Amino acid sequence: MPDCNDTLRELESFLDDELTDGAREVIHSHLEGCPDCLQAFDFHAELKQVIAAKCQNDEMPPGLLAKIEQCFGEDFDGDGQIG
Amino acid sequence: MADRAAFVEEAMQYAPKLYSAALRLTRNKADAEDLVQDTYLRAWRSFGTFQEGTNLRAWLYRILTNSFINKYRAKQRRPIEDGIDNVEDLYLYKRLNTLAPVLSSRSAEDTMFDLFTDDEVKAALEALPENFRLPVLLADVEGFSYKEIAEMLDIPVGTVMSRLHRGRKGMHKLLFDYASERGLIATTAAPSGANDSHSDTNHA
Repeated sequence: MPDCNDTLRELESFLDDELTDGAREVIHSHLEGCPDCLQAFDFHAELKQVIAAKCQNDEMPPGLLAKIEQCFGEDFDGDGQIG
Repeated sequence: MADRAAFVEEAMQYAPKLYSAALRLTRNKADAEDLVQDTYLRAWRSFGTFQEGTNLRAWLYRILTNSFINKYRAKQRRPIEDGIDNVEDLYLYKRLNTLAPVLSSRSAEDTMFDLFTDDEVKAALEALPENFRLPVLLADVEGFSYKEIAEMLDIPVGTVMSRLHRGRKGMHKLLFDYASERGLIATTAAPSGANDSHSDTNHA
């Protein structure tokens, strides 16, 4: 059974969903019996969600989509056809 | 070879997210717009090499990331890296958690959402040196796996993990600083048990 330090060391890999099923299960078991670690994991899970939500809500400049569409209209190999 | 119309349609869906990512990287709107356009132009030009069944989203981010590194890295000021490695693990958590009024009375999940403004979170990410900003952006904002990020940045998975760890610490430290400046968090926050795995005051 891992102690708190072992568990917290795996916090990022756990939240990034990068652990094997076995390693995940070990963390789960510890968290079930350890409210302190659970609180730390919950905090970072929530923080990660907040960061994701707040960093990708920028408004695109008007006209950017049209410019991108122009890229797709380019006949870059000069064969008289698009693409 | 993939179908061109389907390719274009799917690729266009990612434009708003790619623009946000480009803004975090270039930190200004004009360069972000150029970077996104450049990404789509390169994508279209290498359409012939795109294999159907490949993850198009990951492929576009790889092009975006490489365009950014090649085109903009040179003109950016030298990143300030000092400080990150002096930040202890769980820095933000230990500080916020010991401050009773801020989080202990949290009623719902929206508390942390309201704790930091959008601009603060964006600024904290954008302030990270590029080596750390790229992995944090790709993992925490875009949700790519360590393996995908390693391929995009052409670095080993272990390096991705270590840069993510350090980058996140740096970002959390900045978030704490911003919240302190706003007076949201008392600056006497250094917890007594900061070096323990848990601060002493968590035990309700």
